[in-house]
Amino acid sequence: MLKIQKYTCAQSLDEAYAALVKNPKNCIIGGMIWLKMEDKVVPEAIDLSGLGLDQIEEEEDCFKIGAMVTLRELELHDRLNKATGNVIHDAVKDIVGVQLRNLATIGGSVFSRFGFSDVLCALMCLDASVQLYHAGEMSIQEFSKSNIQRDIITHITIKKNDWKSAFMCLRRSATDISVLNVAVSKSDQYHICVGARPGVAVRYVVEIDDIDKVASIIQDKVICGSNMRGSKEYRSHLVKILTMRALRKVESQDAGTN
Amino acid sequence: MLVQIKVNGKLIKEDVSCDLLLIDFLRNHGCYSVKRGCETSNCGLCTVWMNEKPVLSCSILAIRANNHSITTLEGLQKEAKIFADFMANEGAEQCGFCSPGLIMNVLAMEKELKNPSEEEIKNYLAGNLCRCTGYMAQMRAITKYLNRGA
Repeated sequence: MLKIQKYTCAQSLDEAYAALVKNPKNCIIGGMIWLKMEDKVVPEAIDLSGLGLDQIEEEEDCFKIGAMVTLRELELHDRLNKATGNVIHDAVKDIVGVQLRNLATIGGSVFSRFGFSDVLCALMCLDASVQLYHAGEMSIQEFSKSNIQRDIITHITIKKNDWKSAFMCLRRSATDISVLNVAVSKSDQYHICVGARPGVAVRYVVEIDDIDKVASIIQDKVICGSNMRGSKEYRSHLVKILTMRALRKVESQDAGTN
Repeated sequence: MLVQIKVNGKLIKEDVSCDLLLIDFLRNHGCYSVKRGCETSNCGLCTVWMNEKPVLSCSILAIRANNHSITTLEGLQKEAKIFADFMANEGAEQCGFCSPGLIMNVLAMEKELKNPSEEEIKNYLAGNLCRCTGYMAQMRAITKYLNRGA
Protein backbone atom coordinates (compact mmCIF):
# COMPACT_ATOMS: atom_id res chain seq x y z
CA MET A 1 0.00 0.00 0.00
CA LEU A 2 1.26 3.46 -0.85
CA LYS A 3 1.84 5.74 2.12
CA ILE A 4 2.57 9.41 1.62
CA GLN A 5 3.84 11.33 4.63
CA LYS A 6 3.97 14.82 3.14
CA TYR A 7 2.45 16.35 0.03
CA THR A 8 3.93 19.41 -1.59
CA CYS A 9 2.16 21.38 -4.30
CA ALA A 10 5.27 22.90 -5.85
CA GLN A 11 5.11 26.60 -6.63
CA SER A 12 8.14 26.43 -8.91
CA LEU A 13 10.40 23.88 -10.56
CA ASP A 14 13.21 25.03 -8.27
CA GLU A 15 11.10 24.14 -5.26
CA ALA A 16 10.06 20.80 -6.79
CA TYR A 17 13.63 19.83 -7.58
CA ALA A 18 14.92 20.88 -4.16
CA ALA A 19 12.24 18.71 -2.54
CA LEU A 20 13.00 15.79 -4.88
CA VAL A 21 16.73 15.64 -4.14
CA LYS A 22 16.26 16.12 -0.39
CA ASN A 23 15.48 12.44 0.10
CA PRO A 24 16.02 9.58 -2.39
CA LYS A 25 12.57 8.24 -1.50
CA ASN A 26 10.77 11.47 -2.38
CA CYS A 27 9.00 11.36 -5.72
CA ILE A 28 7.15 13.39 -8.30
CA ILE A 29 3.47 12.56 -8.68
CA GLY A 30 2.40 12.21 -12.31
CA GLY A 31 -0.89 10.46 -13.09
CA MET A 32 -0.11 8.12 -10.17
CA ILE A 33 -1.44 5.08 -12.05
CA TRP A 34 1.48 2.80 -11.28
CA LEU A 35 2.70 4.55 -8.17
CA LYS A 36 -0.52 3.94 -6.31
CA MET A 37 -0.11 0.18 -6.79
CA GLU A 38 3.29 0.15 -5.14
CA ASP A 39 3.83 -0.91 -1.58
CA LYS A 40 6.07 1.83 -0.27
CA VAL A 41 6.38 4.86 1.93
CA VAL A 42 6.99 8.19 0.21
CA PRO A 43 8.31 10.79 2.67
CA GLU A 44 7.36 13.65 0.36
CA ALA A 45 5.25 13.53 -2.78
CA ILE A 46 5.71 16.48 -5.11
CA ASP A 47 2.83 17.67 -7.26
CA LEU A 48 3.59 19.68 -10.41
CA SER A 49 -0.07 20.43 -11.21
CA GLY A 50 0.26 24.12 -10.47
CA LEU A 51 3.23 24.79 -12.74
CA GLY A 52 1.45 25.17 -16.06
CA LEU A 53 2.96 22.00 -17.49
CA ASP A 54 -0.41 20.84 -18.79
CA GLN A 55 -0.24 22.55 -22.17
CA ILE A 56 0.59 21.43 -25.70
CA GLU A 57 2.26 24.41 -27.35
CA GLU A 58 2.65 24.54 -31.09
CA GLU A 59 5.69 26.48 -32.24
CA GLU A 60 6.88 27.12 -35.76
CA ASP A 61 9.05 24.04 -35.96
CA CYS A 62 7.87 21.84 -33.11
CA PHE A 63 5.27 20.82 -30.56
CA LYS A 64 6.24 21.34 -26.95
CA ILE A 65 4.25 19.06 -24.67
CA GLY A 66 4.18 19.79 -20.95
CA ALA A 67 4.91 16.85 -18.66
CA MET A 68 1.46 17.02 -17.04
CA VAL A 69 -0.44 16.74 -20.31
CA THR A 70 -2.65 13.66 -20.09
CA LEU A 71 -2.68 10.81 -22.57
CA ARG A 72 -6.27 11.68 -23.42
CA GLU A 73 -5.26 15.25 -24.31
CA LEU A 74 -2.58 13.85 -26.61
CA GLU A 75 -5.10 11.50 -28.19
CA LEU A 76 -7.51 14.34 -28.94
CA HIS A 77 -5.03 17.00 -30.12
CA ASP A 78 -5.86 17.26 -33.81
CA ARG A 79 -2.91 19.38 -34.96
CA LEU A 80 -0.36 17.25 -33.13
CA ASN A 81 -1.81 14.06 -34.50
CA LYS A 82 -2.09 15.40 -38.01
CA ALA A 83 1.51 16.55 -37.94
CA THR A 84 2.77 13.21 -36.66
CA GLY A 85 0.81 10.88 -38.90
CA ASN A 86 -1.54 9.92 -36.04
CA VAL A 87 1.09 7.72 -34.42
CA ILE A 88 0.57 9.20 -30.94
CA HIS A 89 -3.19 8.83 -31.16
CA ASP A 90 -2.82 5.22 -32.25
CA ALA A 91 -0.31 4.49 -29.51
CA VAL A 92 -2.45 5.79 -26.64
CA LYS A 93 -5.99 4.94 -27.76
CA ASP A 94 -5.89 1.38 -26.45
CA ILE A 95 -4.32 2.18 -23.10
CA VAL A 96 -7.00 0.88 -20.73
CA GLY A 97 -9.91 3.35 -20.90
CA VAL A 98 -10.76 7.01 -21.26
CA GLN A 99 -10.95 7.39 -17.46
CA LEU A 100 -7.36 6.24 -17.03
CA ARG A 101 -6.09 8.29 -19.96
CA ASN A 102 -7.66 11.37 -18.37
CA LEU A 103 -5.26 10.83 -15.46
CA ALA A 104 -2.07 9.31 -16.90
CA THR A 105 0.47 11.94 -17.90
CA ILE A 106 3.06 11.93 -20.64
CA GLY A 107 5.75 12.91 -18.12
CA GLY A 108 4.96 9.94 -15.91
CA SER A 109 4.75 7.59 -18.88
CA VAL A 110 8.12 8.65 -20.25
CA PHE A 111 10.00 9.03 -16.96
CA SER A 112 9.11 5.48 -15.89
CA ARG A 113 10.78 4.04 -19.00
CA PHE A 114 8.66 0.93 -18.78
CA GLY A 115 9.57 -1.67 -21.38
CA PHE A 116 5.94 -2.13 -22.36
CA SER A 117 5.35 1.59 -22.91
CA ASP A 118 3.43 2.30 -26.12
CA VAL A 119 3.94 6.05 -25.66
CA LEU A 120 7.71 5.78 -25.40
CA CYS A 121 7.89 3.65 -28.55
CA ALA A 122 5.77 6.15 -30.51
CA LEU A 123 7.75 9.17 -29.30
CA MET A 124 11.01 7.45 -30.12
CA CYS A 125 10.06 6.99 -33.75
CA LEU A 126 9.32 10.73 -33.94
CA ASP A 127 12.80 11.67 -32.73
CA ALA A 128 11.30 13.35 -29.67
CA SER A 129 13.49 14.95 -27.07
CA VAL A 130 13.07 15.20 -23.33
CA GLN A 131 13.62 18.42 -21.41
CA LEU A 132 14.84 17.66 -17.91
CA TYR A 133 15.03 20.31 -15.23
CA HIS A 134 18.55 19.40 -14.10
CA ALA A 135 20.16 17.41 -16.94
CA GLY A 136 18.82 19.60 -19.73
CA GLU A 137 17.62 18.38 -23.12
CA MET A 138 18.39 14.94 -24.47
CA SER A 139 16.94 12.61 -27.06
CA ILE A 140 14.30 10.23 -25.83
CA GLN A 141 16.56 7.35 -26.86
CA GLU A 142 19.38 8.63 -24.70
CA PHE A 143 16.96 9.17 -21.83
CA SER A 144 15.46 5.70 -22.21
CA LYS A 145 18.91 4.15 -21.83
CA SER A 146 19.90 6.35 -18.89
CA ASN A 147 19.37 5.64 -15.25
CA ILE A 148 18.36 9.19 -14.36
CA GLN A 149 16.14 9.07 -11.29
CA ARG A 150 16.57 12.39 -9.47
CA ASP A 151 15.33 14.79 -12.10
CA ILE A 152 12.08 16.21 -13.45
CA ILE A 153 10.78 16.02 -17.00
CA THR A 154 9.30 19.40 -17.82
CA HIS A 155 8.55 18.98 -21.54
CA ILE A 156 8.68 16.58 -24.45
CA THR A 157 9.48 18.18 -27.79
CA ILE A 158 8.50 16.76 -31.16
CA LYS A 159 9.95 18.44 -34.23
CA LYS A 160 7.65 19.02 -37.18
CA ASN A 161 9.03 16.94 -39.99
CA ASP A 162 6.17 16.01 -42.29
CA TRP A 163 6.00 12.65 -40.53
CA LYS A 164 4.33 9.66 -42.12
CA SER A 165 3.96 7.07 -39.40
CA ALA A 166 2.24 3.97 -38.10
CA PHE A 167 1.84 2.23 -34.76
CA MET A 168 1.12 -1.47 -34.41
CA CYS A 169 0.79 -3.57 -31.30
CA LEU A 170 -0.53 -6.91 -30.21
CA ARG A 171 -2.40 -7.36 -26.95
CA ARG A 172 -3.77 -10.54 -25.44
CA SER A 173 -6.93 -8.66 -24.60
CA ALA A 174 -8.13 -5.24 -25.69
CA THR A 175 -6.88 -3.13 -22.80
CA ASP A 176 -3.95 -5.24 -21.65
CA ILE A 177 -0.30 -4.24 -21.90
CA SER A 178 1.22 -4.85 -25.35
CA VAL A 179 2.94 -8.17 -25.98
CA LEU A 180 4.95 -6.23 -28.56
CA ASN A 181 4.67 -2.79 -30.08
CA VAL A 182 6.18 -1.32 -33.23
CA ALA A 183 6.22 2.31 -34.35
CA VAL A 184 7.49 3.34 -37.76
CA SER A 185 7.97 6.85 -39.05
CA LYS A 186 9.29 8.31 -42.23
CA SER A 187 10.61 11.76 -42.91
CA ASP A 188 13.84 11.64 -44.88
CA GLN A 189 14.61 8.18 -43.49
CA TYR A 190 12.64 5.37 -41.90
CA HIS A 191 12.73 5.04 -38.13
CA ILE A 192 11.62 1.67 -36.82
CA CYS A 193 11.07 1.31 -33.07
CA VAL A 194 10.25 -1.92 -31.31
CA GLY A 195 9.09 -1.98 -27.70
CA ALA A 196 7.59 -4.37 -25.15
CA ARG A 197 10.27 -6.85 -26.25
CA PRO A 198 9.65 -6.94 -23.17
CA GLY A 199 12.60 -4.58 -22.71
CA VAL A 200 12.44 -0.85 -23.34
CA ALA A 201 11.98 0.25 -26.97
CA VAL A 202 14.92 0.29 -29.37
CA ARG A 203 15.20 2.27 -32.57
CA TYR A 204 16.73 1.53 -35.96
CA VAL A 205 17.21 3.99 -38.80
CA VAL A 206 17.04 2.24 -42.16
CA GLU A 207 16.77 2.71 -45.88
CA ILE A 208 13.91 0.77 -47.42
CA ASP A 209 14.19 -1.10 -50.66
CA ASP A 210 12.18 -4.23 -49.92
CA ILE A 211 9.75 -4.26 -46.98
CA ASP A 212 9.95 -8.02 -46.35
CA LYS A 213 13.73 -7.89 -46.37
CA VAL A 214 13.88 -4.93 -43.97
CA ALA A 215 11.37 -6.59 -41.63
CA SER A 216 13.56 -9.72 -41.59
CA ILE A 217 16.64 -7.63 -40.82
CA ILE A 218 14.84 -5.90 -37.93
CA GLN A 219 13.67 -9.29 -36.68
CA ASP A 220 17.28 -10.47 -36.59
CA LYS A 221 18.48 -7.35 -34.81
CA VAL A 222 15.84 -6.98 -32.09
CA ILE A 223 16.62 -8.88 -28.92
CA CYS A 224 13.42 -10.30 -27.45
CA GLY A 225 12.74 -12.01 -24.17
CA SER A 226 10.03 -14.04 -22.49
CA ASN A 227 7.57 -13.12 -19.79
CA MET A 228 4.02 -14.03 -18.81
CA ARG A 229 2.62 -12.29 -21.90
CA GLY A 230 4.67 -14.06 -24.53
CA SER A 231 7.74 -16.10 -25.28
CA LYS A 232 10.92 -14.84 -26.86
CA GLU A 233 10.17 -16.85 -30.03
CA TYR A 234 6.61 -15.50 -30.30
CA ARG A 235 7.78 -11.94 -29.85
CA SER A 236 10.51 -12.39 -32.43
CA HIS A 237 7.88 -13.61 -34.91
CA LEU A 238 5.71 -10.60 -34.09
CA VAL A 239 8.61 -8.21 -34.71
CA LYS A 240 8.66 -9.20 -38.37
CA ILE A 241 4.89 -9.22 -38.84
CA LEU A 242 4.17 -5.93 -37.09
CA THR A 243 7.14 -4.22 -38.74
CA MET A 244 5.92 -5.32 -42.17
CA ARG A 245 2.40 -4.08 -41.47
CA ALA A 246 3.63 -0.76 -40.10
CA LEU A 247 5.96 -0.21 -43.05
CA ARG A 248 3.15 -0.97 -45.50
CA LYS A 249 0.89 1.51 -43.73
CA VAL A 250 3.57 4.20 -43.88
CA GLU A 251 4.22 3.49 -47.55
CA SER A 252 0.50 3.78 -48.31
CA GLN A 253 0.39 7.14 -46.49
CA ASP A 254 3.39 8.23 -48.49
CA ALA A 255 1.65 7.21 -51.68
CA GLY A 256 -1.41 9.15 -50.55
CA THR A 257 -3.63 6.08 -50.42
CA ASN A 258 -4.37 6.21 -46.70
CA MET B 1 -3.98 18.89 4.44
CA LEU B 2 -7.07 21.08 4.08
CA VAL B 3 -8.99 20.55 0.85
CA GLN B 4 -12.09 22.11 -0.65
CA ILE B 5 -13.87 19.79 -3.01
CA LYS B 6 -17.23 20.39 -4.58
CA VAL B 7 -19.04 17.05 -4.56
CA ASN B 8 -22.29 16.96 -6.53
CA GLY B 9 -22.59 20.71 -6.14
CA LYS B 10 -21.94 20.77 -2.40
CA LEU B 11 -18.66 22.26 -1.17
CA ILE B 12 -16.84 20.07 1.33
CA LYS B 13 -13.93 21.48 3.34
CA GLU B 14 -11.96 18.88 5.19
CA ASP B 15 -8.54 18.07 6.52
CA VAL B 16 -7.48 14.89 4.72
CA SER B 17 -4.42 12.67 4.94
CA CYS B 18 -1.91 12.99 2.08
CA ASP B 19 -2.52 9.48 0.78
CA LEU B 20 -6.31 9.39 0.97
CA LEU B 21 -7.67 8.25 -2.37
CA LEU B 22 -10.58 10.12 -3.87
CA ILE B 23 -12.72 6.96 -3.82
CA ASP B 24 -12.35 6.75 -0.04
CA PHE B 25 -13.04 10.46 0.39
CA LEU B 26 -16.24 10.12 -1.63
CA ARG B 27 -17.44 7.01 0.16
CA ASN B 28 -16.70 8.69 3.50
CA HIS B 29 -19.16 11.34 2.35
CA GLY B 30 -21.91 8.89 1.49
CA CYS B 31 -21.28 8.39 -2.22
CA TYR B 32 -21.66 4.63 -2.09
CA SER B 33 -22.23 4.31 -5.83
CA VAL B 34 -18.46 4.70 -6.17
CA LYS B 35 -17.18 1.17 -5.91
CA ARG B 36 -13.76 -0.36 -5.43
CA GLY B 37 -13.14 -3.13 -7.95
CA CYS B 38 -9.83 -4.18 -9.42
CA GLU B 39 -7.40 -1.88 -7.57
CA THR B 40 -5.29 -1.92 -10.74
CA SER B 41 -6.97 0.95 -12.62
CA ASN B 42 -8.58 -1.41 -15.13
CA CYS B 43 -12.22 -2.05 -14.29
CA GLY B 44 -13.87 1.40 -14.28
CA LEU B 45 -16.13 0.65 -11.30
CA CYS B 46 -14.91 3.73 -9.47
CA THR B 47 -15.55 6.16 -12.35
CA VAL B 48 -16.52 9.69 -11.31
CA TRP B 49 -16.29 13.00 -13.14
CA MET B 50 -13.66 15.52 -12.22
CA ASN B 51 -14.50 18.85 -13.84
CA GLU B 52 -16.93 16.94 -16.08
CA LYS B 53 -14.32 14.45 -17.32
CA PRO B 54 -14.47 10.78 -16.34
CA VAL B 55 -11.60 9.65 -14.10
CA LEU B 56 -10.81 6.67 -11.92
CA SER B 57 -11.32 7.72 -8.33
CA CYS B 58 -9.22 4.76 -7.15
CA SER B 59 -6.20 6.21 -8.93
CA ILE B 60 -6.23 9.81 -7.82
CA LEU B 61 -5.56 11.33 -4.45
CA ALA B 62 -8.28 13.37 -2.78
CA ILE B 63 -5.72 16.19 -2.53
CA ARG B 64 -5.54 16.29 -6.32
CA ALA B 65 -9.25 17.11 -6.37
CA ASN B 66 -8.67 20.20 -4.23
CA ASN B 67 -10.57 23.15 -5.71
CA HIS B 68 -12.12 20.90 -8.33
CA SER B 69 -15.64 19.72 -8.92
CA ILE B 70 -16.52 16.03 -8.55
CA THR B 71 -19.69 14.40 -9.78
CA THR B 72 -20.80 10.93 -8.78
CA LEU B 73 -23.88 8.95 -9.74
CA GLU B 74 -25.63 10.42 -6.69
CA GLY B 75 -25.43 13.79 -8.44
CA LEU B 76 -26.89 12.50 -11.71
CA GLN B 77 -29.98 10.68 -10.51
CA LYS B 78 -32.31 12.05 -13.17
CA GLU B 79 -29.99 11.34 -16.11
CA ALA B 80 -29.02 7.95 -14.69
CA LYS B 81 -32.65 6.92 -14.28
CA ILE B 82 -33.32 7.45 -17.99
CA PHE B 83 -30.37 5.30 -19.01
CA ALA B 84 -31.07 2.70 -16.32
CA ASP B 85 -34.52 2.13 -17.82
CA PHE B 86 -32.91 1.28 -21.16
CA MET B 87 -30.57 -1.13 -19.37
CA ALA B 88 -33.45 -2.80 -17.55
CA ASN B 89 -35.47 -3.12 -20.76
CA GLU B 90 -32.57 -4.85 -22.50
CA GLY B 91 -31.65 -7.08 -19.56
CA ALA B 92 -28.26 -5.38 -19.55
CA GLU B 93 -27.61 -5.86 -15.89
CA GLN B 94 -27.01 -9.01 -13.93
CA CYS B 95 -25.16 -8.48 -10.65
CA GLY B 96 -25.18 -4.73 -11.24
CA PHE B 97 -21.86 -4.10 -9.52
CA CYS B 98 -20.33 -2.43 -12.58
CA SER B 99 -23.41 -0.37 -13.43
CA PRO B 100 -22.58 2.88 -11.58
CA GLY B 101 -19.18 3.14 -13.30
CA LEU B 102 -20.68 2.23 -16.67
CA ILE B 103 -23.50 4.75 -16.32
CA MET B 104 -21.04 7.51 -15.38
CA ASN B 105 -18.96 6.77 -18.45
CA VAL B 106 -21.92 6.44 -20.82
CA LEU B 107 -23.20 9.84 -19.66
CA ALA B 108 -19.71 11.31 -20.12
CA MET B 109 -19.54 9.80 -23.60
CA GLU B 110 -22.93 11.25 -24.49
CA LYS B 111 -21.61 14.73 -23.67
CA GLU B 112 -18.31 14.26 -25.46
CA LEU B 113 -19.15 12.37 -28.66
CA LYS B 114 -21.75 13.35 -31.20
CA ASN B 115 -23.52 10.40 -32.85
CA PRO B 116 -20.79 7.89 -31.98
CA SER B 117 -20.42 4.79 -34.12
CA GLU B 118 -20.49 1.34 -32.53
CA GLU B 119 -16.70 1.27 -32.78
CA GLU B 120 -16.41 4.65 -31.04
CA ILE B 121 -18.77 3.50 -28.29
CA LYS B 122 -16.71 0.36 -27.73
CA ASN B 123 -13.49 2.36 -27.62
CA TYR B 124 -14.89 4.92 -25.20
CA LEU B 125 -16.23 2.24 -22.86
CA ALA B 126 -13.23 -0.09 -23.08
CA GLY B 127 -12.29 0.83 -19.54
CA ASN B 128 -15.55 -0.45 -18.06
CA LEU B 129 -15.38 -4.16 -17.43
CA CYS B 130 -18.41 -6.36 -16.81
CA ARG B 131 -17.96 -9.98 -15.79
CA CYS B 132 -21.62 -10.98 -16.22
CA THR B 133 -23.30 -9.65 -19.31
CA GLY B 134 -20.90 -10.27 -22.18
CA TYR B 135 -21.58 -6.65 -23.20
CA MET B 136 -24.13 -7.44 -25.95
CA ALA B 137 -27.16 -6.37 -23.92
CA GLN B 138 -25.26 -3.32 -22.70
CA MET B 139 -24.48 -2.32 -26.28
CA ARG B 140 -28.15 -2.67 -27.23
CA ALA B 141 -29.17 -0.51 -24.28
CA ILE B 142 -26.54 2.13 -25.01
CA THR B 143 -27.40 2.30 -28.71
CA LYS B 144 -31.11 2.63 -28.01
CA TYR B 145 -30.44 5.20 -25.29
CA LEU B 146 -28.28 7.35 -27.58
CA ASN B 147 -30.86 7.12 -30.36
CA ARG B 148 -33.86 7.74 -28.12
CA GLY B 149 -34.60 11.14 -29.67
CA ALA B 150 -34.31 9.94 -33.25
